[in-house]
Amino acid sequence: MTDVSPARPGGAMVEFDGVGLRYGPDAEVLSDISFNLQPGSFYFLTGASGAGKTSLLKMLYLAQRPSRGIVRLFGEDLVAMPRHRLPGFRRRIGVVFQDFRLIPHLSARDNIALPLRIAGVSEEDLSGPVGEMLSWIGLGDRADARPATLSGGEQQRVAIARAVIARPQLLVADEPTGNVDPEMAMRLLGLFEALNRLGTTVVVATHDIHLISRIENAQMMRLEKGRLSDPTGALRYPPANRA
Amino acid sequence: MIIPRVPVQHRRLLPDRRLSGPTPWVIAILMMLTLLAAAAGVGLARSANAIGAAIAGRVTVQIVTANPVTRAEQAAALRRAAAAQPFVLSARSVEPEELQATLGQWFGAAEGDDPVLKSLPLPALVDIDFVGEDRTGPMRQLEALVAREAPGARIIPHAEWLGPVARLIRSLAWIAGGMVVLMTLASAAVVIMTARAALATHFPTIEMLHMIGATDRQITRLFQRRIAIDTAYGIALGTVVAAAILLLIGLQWSGVTAGLAATASLGPAGWALLLALPLLAIALAALTARQTLLAALKKIL
Repeated sequence: MTDVSPARPGGAMVEFDGVGLRYGPDAEVLSDISFNLQPGSFYFLTGASGAGKTSLLKMLYLAQRPSRGIVRLFGEDLVAMPRHRLPGFRRRIGVVFQDFRLIPHLSARDNIALPLRIAGVSEEDLSGPVGEMLSWIGLGDRADARPATLSGGEQQRVAIARAVIARPQLLVADEPTGNVDPEMAMRLLGLFEALNRLGTTVVVATHDIHLISRIENAQMMRLEKGRLSDPTGALRYPPANRA
Repeated sequence: MIIPRVPVQHRRLLPDRRLSGPTPWVIAILMMLTLLAAAAGVGLARSANAIGAAIAGRVTVQIVTANPVTRAEQAAALRRAAAAQPFVLSARSVEPEELQATLGQWFGAAEGDDPVLKSLPLPALVDIDFVGEDRTGPMRQLEALVAREAPGARIIPHAEWLGPVARLIRSLAWIAGGMVVLMTLASAAVVIMTARAALATHFPTIEMLHMIGATDRQITRLFQRRIAIDTAYGIALGTVVAAAILLLIGLQWSGVTAGLAATASLGPAGWALLLALPLLAIALAALTARQTLLAALKKIL
């Protein structure tokens, strides 16, 4: 049984304070990462390849615990959280992977329905939302197609639909436009923006700096060699506020 | 529950490739060997017990007095005296014709017409069965009786010469039992390897399921069900083959009515054990798979 507490009213959805991450005995891939993400905001995470974007996102979507520092998600300390409580938090996060990670032997419909089935939603209750989602991403007529028969852009849309079908509070996307043409990239970004307007906090990792100007009021975090470099100065904890 | 209930839609998370891998076939072979070893073990154990019970309270008194008339008189007197004792269940003189017939099998002579066999000075034998299985007290009383009625006669407890055979049969039964245990362990090892291989094969699916909030219990039930069904197929197949072999042996065995072989049978408890073994094996496979999967999933965040 998982137990998830609601986010603190008025508090940050995500808080990183002095976070470091290392894999094994190697040097840290992320160092002294501190920032707050506010509910309902849209963030871009940029940086060159190897800067640590994916590692940072892994901690955001609870695939990795930090080596040091504090990570709070929905008001809960995730560093010390027992493992059995993590699934409940993961159900509040939608993840779009760069390589889609669709389950190959399931149809587009079944891939999209997966989070609802895992959450215990009945077949009767999920058929409506899944159908709507398929129409929304323009794949209503390809619902029974397997991922291998879909184009890269179609697979990406299925992956996005799967990430948002359960109406997550936080959507994390790792290079979601990396495998699609510019036109499709803009369409996908439009989907994220629409979700954001519905109240979902969106974090998009990309190395395409031109995308950022397309979203109004989006904020940016930049990673350089494992350290956060914030050009706007708006995202990091002001030093005076640190514990 | 041996085979967990998983919603139909969830079952599709694992591609349906039942019986395509080696697991059901390996389990079938192991199950067949386990059942045959168990049947052998039960049969041998029952045989050893039957022999032990039969020989525990039986002795043969061998009278070797040179004069055949005196020998026959001593044998008759001893039989009568023994039969009258409260510690004796039965006393029976072994007729000379019976002895000659037994020896005739070794001499190759039929109907006791061999002159050499007829000329042999055979001892007079009296078979005595004691009341109960305690030999110590009755043996002392019998020794006194024999000393009085047939001085010089030898008392041969059957346990002395058939005991090693019974012990050998009992040892073979234990070896068969050990083989059952070893093959059960081997079956469990096959299930563990199958579970680990399934996890490795489907790791991307498992990772994805974790990322969208699936619990270890949900994932484990999915794999546990598949492994339990696969092993159940193997166990059923192995059981059918073993049953066919046992029935065939049983038919041939039914013609054996004499000697040690006639004492070997499975009995109701043995059959019940053999019927329970496949069910226990399915339960063991499901439990082993569950523990292996849970232990492996705990290593993933």
